[in-house]
Formats: sequence, structure tokens, C-alpha cells
Amino acid sequence: MKKSKTRTAVELSRQEAYVRKHRQYKRRITSMRAVIFFLFLALWQFSSSAGLIDSFFFSSPIQVVLCFWELLTEKSLLMHIGITLFETLASFLLVFLAGMACATLLWYSSGFSKVAEPYLVILNSLPKSALAPLFIVWLGTGTTTIIVAGISVAIFGSIISLYTGFSQVEPEKITLIYTLGGKKRDAFLKVVLPNSVPIILSTMKVNIGLALVGVVIGEFLAARRGLGYLIIYGSQVFQMHMVITSIILLCIIAMGLYLLIQQMERRLGSHL
Amino acid sequence: MPESLLQLKNISYSYHNLQGETPALSQVSFHIDAGEFAAIVGPSGCGKSTLLSIIAGLLSPEEGTIVFHNPDGSFHYPKIGYMLQRDYLFEWRTIYQNAILGLEINHQLTPENTEYVLSLMRDYDLYKFKDQKPSELSGGMKQRAALIRTLALNPQLLLLDEPFSALDYQTRLTVSADICHIIRKSKKTALLITHDLSEAISLADRVIILSKRPATVKCEVPIHLTLSGDSPLAARNAPEFQDYFNLLWEALSDEKK
Repeated sequence: MKKSKTRTAVELSRQEAYVRKHRQYKRRITSMRAVIFFLFLALWQFSSSAGLIDSFFFSSPIQVVLCFWELLTEKSLLMHIGITLFETLASFLLVFLAGMACATLLWYSSGFSKVAEPYLVILNSLPKSALAPLFIVWLGTGTTTIIVAGISVAIFGSIISLYTGFSQVEPEKITLIYTLGGKKRDAFLKVVLPNSVPIILSTMKVNIGLALVGVVIGEFLAARRGLGYLIIYGSQVFQMHMVITSIILLCIIAMGLYLLIQQMERRLGSHL
Repeated sequence: MPESLLQLKNISYSYHNLQGETPALSQVSFHIDAGEFAAIVGPSGCGKSTLLSIIAGLLSPEEGTIVFHNPDGSFHYPKIGYMLQRDYLFEWRTIYQNAILGLEINHQLTPENTEYVLSLMRDYDLYKFKDQKPSELSGGMKQRAALIRTLALNPQLLLLDEPFSALDYQTRLTVSADICHIIRKSKKTALLITHDLSEAISLADRVIILSKRPATVKCEVPIHLTLSGDSPLAARNAPEFQDYFNLLWEALSDEKK
């Protein structure tokens, strides 16, 4: 009895040591990341202040912060951020819905998927920015054009990866549904869809980034509002602080959206 | 003499591709009586699984007919339970949710049916694990859960397609004993496909031997073991066991030449 007690105590302390070591390692990784970030900022600021780089072209952290404040108070920056976010989320959601619908259709009909395959491959490898001028002619300049540009960048790849995911289900699992008296619809709802949740989530992660790319391209060409517009406008009037501030904001938005999907993945993951 | 539950008459089937035709079954005829446990053995790749798929209605025979005589005298297709080589339990469902999958698909989630599933789980030591995920269970437990999933629909005929082949030897013996017990106790009619002669002799009332491809019925051997009882493990010690084994082995060896 006593022996086993001491053994548990030893085991516990070993476990504790392991946990401590693991936490230490994690902390070191996080602090390394922070160090690199601040080192970069310091180097940037120093080179700019010391005149190693021309702050007119390359800006500096302090000027970025000042510019951010100025945009926020005088140039309704929040509106621009909101527009870009709205357009990105709208095209992301539409890509998701349309992608799921098309991939489902392709899965249902193998004939249709064979017919559609070359078109999807060609459309997917087409540089979508080439389509933007067409959208402007067809739809004018404005939110619709930009959302369509965002959709065009992500949609074809999304259909292809969702359909590939759907078709990778082990055929025996589908046979199982048929042996239990199920129809193709049951096979889709009970096997294909739940089996593809990881692929659906990873496609969403890629899509949210691509939608942002498409929206910024759209804003370059056809907008009077949004962060893409601020970048183009800033470069045209040689306000590099504005360009760099907008780019940094885009970085933060991209990260935020990615984290959003990751949170969703965690939620779903605990259900599965 | 009770009428056969299932009668296959001259079933033929071929697979087709651009290179040509591969005949899998040729004029296969046999019958299975109600309440009987029959086993089919044959050289590997002889078309045993094709035969089960045809009986299950997943494939249509190119020639021949299948006749069912239901106990009530009707001729409609009976409810068939099909057990595959692996359990294919879904990881995104708990063991209980897996077991009721067939009921869910057939919109038969009545209190009586779910209670039946729970009682089967209680009988076969799975009740404690009903809220766990398949990956948390051993291979044998998973295969029992797969059988309960099949039995939940209360099939008149059970088709077992080498259901033990993915298990290690020891688990295989205990699980086949368990499953045999379940089938005998619920008085189900069952058709087992296996390449393991000992398994066929210890479990089945009758062994049907198929020839090599294109498969046809070579011979049928009724099994009467004096020691059988309920346990296929005990059956392996029956005095006749070795004789049956040799008989089947010879019948199969002709085919392997």
C-alpha cells in the first residue's frame, strides 16, 4: 500500500516535470516570436531615424502610428476597414455556399463531374485578376463588382478541393449505407458530409484568404472606399505612410479572419 | 421439410471493362433454409463477395433468379443484414449512434427499436461504452457493435462477408464465438463467407464449396458435430472435426491445382 503511494507520488512529480518542461518550451516559442517582431520594428525605426533608409519611401513605425491616428480621426478609416471586411465576408460566404452546392452536385452525378472537370481546371488556373476589367465593364464600379472579384478568385479552387474531398470517402463506407437500406442522399448526409468536415474547414481557411486577395484586387480597380482603395490612392499621391498602414491593417484582418475559422474548427472538433 | 428461405437458380455474373469480360459467377445454384447457418468457402478471388452483393441486392445478376419464400408466404424481398469485412464504424458518432444508423436511415427510430438496440448492447457488454467513440474500443468490440448495427433492423437473413478477417487470431476466435452465439440465440438465418475452413466447420450447419473463377457450386457438405452445442471453440474439439476438415480441404485442393 505504502509502496504504491510513493510510486504515485514519484509518477506525479515526473508528470509535473513534463508539464513544466512543455510549458517552458511553449513560452520560449511565443517569446521568440515577440522578440523577432519588436526587433524588426526597432530596426525599421532606427534605420529610418538614422537616415539609412528614406522614410518618405519606406515610412517608419512611428509615422505609421501617426498616420493610423490621422486616418482614424480625419479620414474615416473605420469605414474603409468595415467596407473591406464586409466585402471579404460576403464573398467568402457566397464562395462557401456556391462551392458546397456545386461540389455536392458534382458528387451526385459522376457524368456531370466528368463533363465539368476540364472547365474547372482551366478556370481555376486562369489568373483571376485578368477578369477584373471585365467585371467592371459588366457590373460597373462598386461593391457588387468587388464581391464578384473576391468570389472569382476563390470559387473554382474551392469547388475542386471540396469535390476531391467528397470523392475520397472510402467506397465501403458508402456500401455500408446501401446495405442498411439507404439511398444516395443518405450516403451523402450520413457519410460524405461528416467525413469531409476537416477538408471543408481547411478549404474555408484557404478561401477566407483568397477572398481577401480578390477583394483587394477589386478595390484597386473599381472602388472609392476600402483598404485596397487607400493603398492605390496612397501610392498615387505618394503617401507611403498611408500605403504601409493599410497593408499592416490588411495583415491584421487576414490574421483575424484566419483565427475566426480556427476557432470554428476547434468548436466543431470538440463535437466530432 | 420447411421451404427454403432463399433459393438461387443459375446465377451468372461477369465484370466488364474495355479489356474484356471477366466472368465471376457461372450458373450458381443453392438454397438456404430458414434458421440455417450456411458457410461459403472457395479459392480467393473466386467471386464470393460478388455472390453476397447479388443476394443483398447491391448488384443484379446477368442471368438467373433469386427466389425468397417468406414465412408468411409472400415473395417480396426480405430484410437483409450485411456485415462487411471491416466494422466501418463512424468516428464522428458514438457507439450507440453507430448502432442506430440503420434505424435512422430507415426512419424507424421508435422507442421499441432503440430499446432493442440497447438490450443488445447490454447483452454483449457494450452498454458501458455506448457513449464512447469507436477508436476507444478494441477490434472485437467494434465488430460486435457492427453486428448490433446490422441486427438493429431485425433482418431475416444475415450476410457475413469475412467479418473476422481483419481481426487478430485470438480476437477472431472469441468474436466469432460471440457472433455465432448472437445469431443462434436470435434464430437468424445466416450466410457466412470465409476462406478459413476451421471457421466454416465450427460455425456452420452446412458448407457450400465454390470452384475457382468463374465460380460455381462444387459441392455442399452438411456439418453434424457431436460436440457442437453453442460454442464454436468447443466444436473445434469434436471428433469429426478433422474428417470434415480433410474432406473440405481435398475438395478445395482440386480447385487450387
